[in-house]
Amino acid sequence: MMPLTPMHTDSPEPLLRIRGLKTHFFTADGVVKAVDGVDLDVQQSRTTCILGESGCGKSIMARSILRIVDAPGRIVDGSIIYRAADGRTVDLAAMSPTSKAIREIRGSDISMIFQEPMSSLGPIQKIGKQISETILLHRKMSKAEAKEAAIEMLDRVGIPNPAKRYESYPFELSGGMRQRAMIAMALSCQPRMLIADEPTTALDVTTQAQILDLIADLKEEFDMSVMLITHDLGVVAEVAEDVAVMYMGKVVERGDVYSVFENPKHPYTQALLESVPRIGGVRKARLPAIKGMVPHPLARPSGCSFRTRCERYMPGICDKTEPVLTQEGSSEVACFLYSSELANVR
Amino acid sequence: MFGFLARRILYMIPTLFLVSIVTFAIIQLPPGDYLDTLAADMGEAGSDNNAAIEALRLQYGLGEPMYVQYGKWMSGILLHGNFGLSFEKNRPVTDLIWDRLGWTFLISLLTLAFIWLTALPIGIYSAVKKYSAGDYIATFFGFIGLAIPNFLLALVMMYVAFRYFGQSVGGLVSPQYLDAPWTWAKFGNLLEHIWMPIFVIGTSGAAALIRIMRANLLDELYRPYVVTARAKGMSEFQLLLRYPVRVALNPFISTIGWILPTLVSGEIIVSVVMNLPTTGPMLLRALLVQDMYLAGSLILIVSVLTVVGTLISDLLLAWIDPRIRYQ
Amino acid sequence: MTQSSTIPLAEDLAEHSPVVLGPWSLVWRKFLRHRLAVISGVIIILIYLIAAFAEFVAPIDIGKTSVRHTFAPPQMIHLFAPGDDGSTVFLPHVKGLKTTIDTEARRRSFEVDESKIIPLGFFVHGFEYKLFGIIESDVHLFGPKNPRDPFYLFGADRLGRDILSRIIVGTRISMSIGLVGVAMSLVIGVLLGGISGYFGGWTDSLIQRFIEFIRSVPTIPLWMGLAAAIPLDWPPLRTYFVVTLIVSMIGWTSLAREVRGKFLSLRNEDFIVAARLDGLSHGEVILKHMVPSFSSHIIASLTLAVPLMILAETSLSFLGIGLQPPIVSWGTLLKEAQNIRSIAQAPWLLIAPGTVIVIAVLTFNFLGDGLRDAADPNAH
Ligand SMILES: Nc1ncnc2c1ncn2[C@@H]1O[C@H](COP(=O)(O)OP(=O)(O)OP(=O)(O)O)[C@@H](O)[C@H]1O
Ligand code: SF4
Ligand SMILES: [Mg+2]
Repeated sequence: MMPLTPMHTDSPEPLLRIRGLKTHFFTADGVVKAVDGVDLDVQQSRTTCILGESGCGKSIMARSILRIVDAPGRIVDGSIIYRAADGRTVDLAAMSPTSKAIREIRGSDISMIFQEPMSSLGPIQKIGKQISETILLHRKMSKAEAKEAAIEMLDRVGIPNPAKRYESYPFELSGGMRQRAMIAMALSCQPRMLIADEPTTALDVTTQAQILDLIADLKEEFDMSVMLITHDLGVVAEVAEDVAVMYMGKVVERGDVYSVFENPKHPYTQALLESVPRIGGVRKARLPAIKGMVPHPLARPSGCSFRTRCERYMPGICDKTEPVLTQEGSSEVACFLYSSELANVR
Repeated sequence: MFGFLARRILYMIPTLFLVSIVTFAIIQLPPGDYLDTLAADMGEAGSDNNAAIEALRLQYGLGEPMYVQYGKWMSGILLHGNFGLSFEKNRPVTDLIWDRLGWTFLISLLTLAFIWLTALPIGIYSAVKKYSAGDYIATFFGFIGLAIPNFLLALVMMYVAFRYFGQSVGGLVSPQYLDAPWTWAKFGNLLEHIWMPIFVIGTSGAAALIRIMRANLLDELYRPYVVTARAKGMSEFQLLLRYPVRVALNPFISTIGWILPTLVSGEIIVSVVMNLPTTGPMLLRALLVQDMYLAGSLILIVSVLTVVGTLISDLLLAWIDPRIRYQ
Repeated sequence: MTQSSTIPLAEDLAEHSPVVLGPWSLVWRKFLRHRLAVISGVIIILIYLIAAFAEFVAPIDIGKTSVRHTFAPPQMIHLFAPGDDGSTVFLPHVKGLKTTIDTEARRRSFEVDESKIIPLGFFVHGFEYKLFGIIESDVHLFGPKNPRDPFYLFGADRLGRDILSRIIVGTRISMSIGLVGVAMSLVIGVLLGGISGYFGGWTDSLIQRFIEFIRSVPTIPLWMGLAAAIPLDWPPLRTYFVVTLIVSMIGWTSLAREVRGKFLSLRNEDFIVAARLDGLSHGEVILKHMVPSFSSHIIASLTLAVPLMILAETSLSFLGIGLQPPIVSWGTLLKEAQNIRSIAQAPWLLIAPGTVIVIAVLTFNFLGDGLRDAADPNAH
């Protein structure tokens, strides 16, 4: 049986509360700390965007939630508290990745869609089969009912002629259509949370916009929480309600989108946002290049991991201990600029 | 699907044509022909059968240009089902070969079944439990299986059976059943014998397929669609069989394309060693005494049947993998 | 990873990153990690050394027959012998053989003659030979100190010839057929595969059809037919080359396919396009740019093709349609073990050459596997 903790009393309880999550890869060359102490909340019915440079651990963090990190990766520490529909809470991080308990959450409570619509669907199985299979896994239905539900879902995500498409193979569909089919599959059991890992990166611009609109629509319709991982600052500005910025396996700043975009506090966030002057700015603003290189994953700097590239690096402080996320105004930030007294104490 | 079928069958025609030419060329290679041998023998024996020999010479166009001989042979086969005469046995080739061909293909197909039934589960296990003790054991035996030539394995097994189990070796049935009619006892006796050639012929193929299956599956196990299936909440076993194994199965099935020819090849060598009543010993003998129509017909029919078998495997593949049908 | 109090900058940290290695040294490093492959490589080198210096390594003349030692069993090597004064002294030796003739069964049976000690030594004088056809010598790596003593480590065959020496000399033919055959299939495979993949279009279709044809027919009957066509009175050298040619037919199709696949994927790579734009000819582009970029793969495939050819030669010779005696190869040696009666009488006829073949094939497979893993950038 899954470990249950008594219901919390404070009211705006997040749907998902991640604390101190560490997912490490034990490779032959050493331990890659892909996720190294993430603190993050995903609120009920809100869209949380995760931002960060390539390789900072966004995908691994997202996969850790569903416990689908491939070996040699492993959660070594931290908790992922999920609040189920009946208000009970479970710690996903404490479950076995092959347990029935986590399998019942996957696809049913929390679904995920991926960056590569081309390769994320089984290549030689009919699309409809793959969707109705998901439904049959989690819902008590006959095969015919599942098929009907799947066709309805295909229709709902805007696939024309859904009854015919039910019989199609993935290679017969365009990239955009496949991603729609992926979304249909992910939402086929009306999950309470959708994790979308760069769902539009592989698509062309017009299709990107359509898919994002679709996700936004469906989020309203199903009253879901959405965790959207993206490189696209324009997308963040448009759809995000909350934002978390990651750097080298940690969340370095988080808050609602207005606070973070209007008043970025962490030097890393400031550097990221430099090219985007205001909310609703240029749509296609990719993450700007930031000077310096991301350190090798096996050679993390001591103290603040951003200090090798930080313009406001404070010797003697930033390299001693790691800054932790602390409330600063309306957002939270992990940087000694805002809590240097904390460092001085030591 | 129908277009695919038609195209594949059409492709087969030039292949078959080429097979027949190559076969014919091969049996024509040795200088002289069987009639020369025959004439020499008869001359020694003092009999005067020159007229009969001349008649044969005329019938098969021996001594005429190659293409005439080829034409006569092929038209005989295609129009009358007449594969020519076995000079040594002095009987039509068709009288001699079908029994033996039947056994050859029965053994080859049984071996195919044996290979698949062992290689599939072991290959999957090896891939999923990569670097486990079981994987290492499978790999080790796989390498050994690949390293022992068929005929050597046959000799070793025969020696062991003879030396330590006192079993009669060679043949598909014990001597006392050789000319007996088919009874359950004879059938049981057949089963006691037939596993050995199947095992011998199949070992190297199974070893190769285990490695292929393992590599294929390893290629698929970490693909995004497997992650998707996992993220849907499928159990590991379910998703393994339904997604990556299904995909890995394709290159596996397409191995019939080359495994059937190698099985037939292996069967021919092994049956020479084990003295099985199949094509092998007959072909070897025919080649050694230049009984050209017998040898040629055996090579031709074995090749044609193999090509057809390969075609069937292709169709099977197209049935399983929709991507091929739609190309 | 913790630094001293001096300010660590990105440049310092870069030192911790792995050193960038060239492609060949990367392959080499990965290869050295496969211990089994490395050991196999060493064994293979040893085998080829034996093949090269076969007359020196073989203790007994392979043509020397001895009626008194028909089917003599293998002798055991003993390291110590009783000395003159009753003490035990270090003296590697084998025991002599006592023969009794069983007139009823009309065969000889052998017993160890405990009293006769045949001392062994290194660099002893034995039969005379010409190494590489020039260097005359009668020194052998090891053997009985008195060349007239019977010495059958692996037993004797039906004519009383020494199996061990015959295996050693047979190494030369059997192992070189693998190499020469592979060289031939390399030429055919790379040529046809390269043309197929580089030009594409109808050339590609034609060659692919041809390869499919070869792969779709059972090869053994065809090769049997070809091999049987070799006249028995041909000189050994010619037979050798024709058999090698036949054997090399086995390997080239898969090689050609592999090369073609690589060419197809390389054809549109930037550096190839650039080379074409620089005005290099087709041949130059293929040889100077494409072949080097996947030669490690080719080497791995070649290594895996060698054992196939060794097996093919042994199979054909065993059937009596490949190499013919008096050529000594592992296949012709096994021919002696063709029927169960001779195997039952003298199992070493089968066991000794058989083991050697398996070892050779096994080590080549291990080596090839290791090379392939090392050459494959995305191996698991
Ligand atoms: N199988 C693995 N073995 C070792 N390290 C891994 C493995 N998978 C991921 N990593 C490491 O984990 C880190 C985070 O990877 P992740 O995929 O989460 O990055 P990301 O933020 O999603 O990047 P992107 O924007 O490119 O998708 C990377 O530095 C990578 O080196
Ligand atoms: S802690 Fe220091 S180094 Fe790190 S971001 Fe803040 S100022 Fe820069
Ligand atoms: Mg990612």
